[in-house]
Amino acid sequence: MSNDDSERLQYAVCAAIAAKRPLAIRGGGSKAFLGRAPQGEPLDVAGHSGIVNYQPKELVLTARGGTTLEEIESALAEAGQMLPFEPPRFGPGATLGGTIACGLSGPARPYLGAARDLVLGTRVLTGRGEILRFGGEVMKNVAGYDVSRLMTGAYGTLGVLLELSLKVLPAPAATRTLSQERDPAQAIELMNRWAGRPLPVTATCYDGERLYVRLSGAEKGVAQAAAEIGGEPLAGAESFWREKIREQGHGFFAGNTPLWRLSVPQAAPPLALPGKQLIEWGGAQRWLRSDAPADAIREVVTRAGGHASLFRGGDRSGEVFHPLPAVLMTLHRRLKQAFDPDGLLNPGRLYADL
Amino acid sequence: MSVHLPQRPAPDPVRRADLRRALRAFLPADALLEQEEELRPYECDGLSAYRQLPLLVVLPRTVDEVRRILRLCAEREVPVVARGAGTGLSGGALPLADGIVLSLARFNRILSIDPVNRTAWVQPGVRNLAISEAAAVHGLYYAPDPSSQIACTIGGNVAENSGGVHCLKYGLTVHNVLAVRLITMDGELVQLGGEGLDAPGYDLLALFIGSEGMLGVVTEVCVRLLPKPERAQVVLAAYDDVEKAGAAVGEIIAAGIIPAGLEMMDGPAIQAAEAFVHAGYPTDAAAILLCEVDGTNQEVSEHIARVRELLLASGATEVRTARDEAERLRFWQGRKAAFPAVGRLSPDYYCMDGTIPRRKLPEVLRRTAELSAEYGLPVANVFHAGDGNMHPLILYNANNPGELERTEELGGKILELCVEVGGTITGEHGVGIEKIRQMCVQFSPEELHQFNAVKRAFDPKELLNPGKGVPTPRRCSEYRQLPQHRHEH
Ligand SMILES: Cc1cc2nc3c(=O)[nH]c(=O)nc-3n(C[C@H](O)[C@H](O)[C@H](O)COP(=O)(O)OP(=O)(O)OC[C@H]3O[C@@H](n4cnc5c(N)ncnc54)[C@H](O)[C@@H]3O)c2cc1C
Repeated sequence: MSNDDSERLQYAVCAAIAAKRPLAIRGGGSKAFLGRAPQGEPLDVAGHSGIVNYQPKELVLTARGGTTLEEIESALAEAGQMLPFEPPRFGPGATLGGTIACGLSGPARPYLGAARDLVLGTRVLTGRGEILRFGGEVMKNVAGYDVSRLMTGAYGTLGVLLELSLKVLPAPAATRTLSQERDPAQAIELMNRWAGRPLPVTATCYDGERLYVRLSGAEKGVAQAAAEIGGEPLAGAESFWREKIREQGHGFFAGNTPLWRLSVPQAAPPLALPGKQLIEWGGAQRWLRSDAPADAIREVVTRAGGHASLFRGGDRSGEVFHPLPAVLMTLHRRLKQAFDPDGLLNPGRLYADL
Repeated sequence: MSVHLPQRPAPDPVRRADLRRALRAFLPADALLEQEEELRPYECDGLSAYRQLPLLVVLPRTVDEVRRILRLCAEREVPVVARGAGTGLSGGALPLADGIVLSLARFNRILSIDPVNRTAWVQPGVRNLAISEAAAVHGLYYAPDPSSQIACTIGGNVAENSGGVHCLKYGLTVHNVLAVRLITMDGELVQLGGEGLDAPGYDLLALFIGSEGMLGVVTEVCVRLLPKPERAQVVLAAYDDVEKAGAAVGEIIAAGIIPAGLEMMDGPAIQAAEAFVHAGYPTDAAAILLCEVDGTNQEVSEHIARVRELLLASGATEVRTARDEAERLRFWQGRKAAFPAVGRLSPDYYCMDGTIPRRKLPEVLRRTAELSAEYGLPVANVFHAGDGNMHPLILYNANNPGELERTEELGGKILELCVEVGGTITGEHGVGIEKIRQMCVQFSPEELHQFNAVKRAFDPKELLNPGKGVPTPRRCSEYRQLPQHRHEH
């Protein structure tokens, strides 16, 4: 489906500015559970959709913010390509705009890059009601500040993402997943040892019992690496990485205990926290199911050199993202002011103050 | 030529003496340069057509000194230009007449290397290549490899978001830096990013990288190190027609191969490089492609075979695989020395840096050749073909009256052509003072206004490298009034 709804959206933002009425930007609604609770009148962007330009040989795809990941990924698959950062969808309606606004990346993140690494350009509707274009459809571009990447993960607080250009990659010729039984310390050590060697690793995960590693690339290269790494081949590997890990269908993610996302240096030793953990991203992303108080969790994670966010469930009235040092918060406030002077776009979604 | 220079108030000798005294109060004598002959080496960067003496040069050794210098300058409203090695090609480190140059040359230590996490903390004045040299004992290296890597600093790389011949596969500076510590113009120490893969809040690290010294002064950088590939191999393909070479690039990528590097040179660049470093290039070719693949042994064998097939099928007149490591390095040496090599052909050369969608390559080359003929100035082409980043080198003689101005006009036309076909005026060298006018072509007044608002969020008084990178709306409206430069958006 292709439809340019930017005029209506611009009109709606201008009306909101005139009335000083906050807006809650909404794509497919699949990530409403993330961040702090949305406030304001819904601004529906799902109708602004469609792939605008896709040139497989250029490795670039441009689509409107409301385009579903489903549509994008099937167009890419037809040309034998993929979104390298494997964005999680968390629901059938997931849109590209919402995905980039939340800055979420899947299992391949440490190996093929994050959402922000692959964003090349954006067209944004700011809180001043202006439609501005930053970056573009080329791989290298240093004209002006990198506002496109600033928008990635800003939870819509700096602008409505109308259009995005992303770098895409060819899908690998061969893929293989292996697993082995390990304890947490061994798993972290192995993930890091592999990453320190030139191996075609594209995903790693430790579920508390077994360590899983995915290898992708040229047929012979994958076979050579598999022989070196060892372990049992995993049947149904594709759905394991997609449904169980990326989409959080694994038993670890079931139930109502608060889910925390801990981002730490890859080789940080196992974190002593109450609750169970699932480790991904070569050790850099650790999921925690725990009722422990936020401060206690944050203290341990900060000491390990990382940060903690309350990903799903729990008390979402306080700060769900890791609190920022005062100087950094000042810069955040000034940037918010620069893009959305009246504070109308997704107010409070990222931090209470923004 | 002063049309490009930021308009600055004339330096005031009384203010200069005052500032000098205040700096001397906390800086050791050897950290402050003030005599004209001491200031001379700082009067320009790699864009040497523009020169300007600063009020003073400071060479601090500690973060605390940097902080005090910035606080003092903020208080007195003295502009500050940070400087690394001065290899920048867009005038980013060009001094301002009423400002000081803050050189980071003495911040030249590698602070720590963590081989398990594969990271290193380094000071900003550390040379790009020195990081890879220090990491080599661990089998690791820092991937972005600008051709200037022997000299340029990591602080400069962060400021410019520099790339290199291997960034098609391994990314630019922004993809390989995990954290920076910087001092804002108010003297506040801030860390952006962290040792993990992401940080909470806005991605200020990405915003900062490529900000051309206009948002803060970098005092420490945490870089990501990668394992050295088990094997790397390069293939050289010669063509009798530039368009065929351009098409071959698309074919390789369409076949699902992302080479570590994919570079192209045209006839004049090939001949210049060959005469300079004797790389073994075929001097009668209209273009050559250098395609490097790396990875595990088996992976490389598989991809090299496929690349050779594709290159032969694309109409290459010759396809040569480097026989050994020495030959591989020689092939690259010719490419990496291309700028100085072309520089030998003519008293002066001017390097452009537009990026275009790759499919527009034939059109842009053809129209560049037409412009070259129209202006009577030869152009040699070197480019990062894999990612569409072109470096047309315009040969000229600055001693011929008016030739520099015509060169700049030709350069400007080439950049505007890049924008017209959907590209950008700068892929990796930055806007600096050089492309400030073309910013008015690429961006609307509202977009420029937004950039200026970002600048003020970090530096409310606009004292860090003012007049660079982003034009004021007034300068743009003047430029746009020239009939041939109407903004199309
Ligand atoms: C022969 C040659 C080949 C080149 N090849 C390439 C190439 O392949 N790819 C590429 O990308 N570039 C290339 N360049 C351009 C140049 O080397 C890069 O832009 C480089 O990153 C500049 O580093 P520098 O240390 O020399 O910085 P400088 O020239 O000293 O400064 C550049 C900018 O960075 C700012 N700056 C410097 N240090 C700091 C700091 N600590 N904090 C804040 N701001 C700072 C300055 O204010 C200035 O705006 C080449 C240049 C030459 C001369």
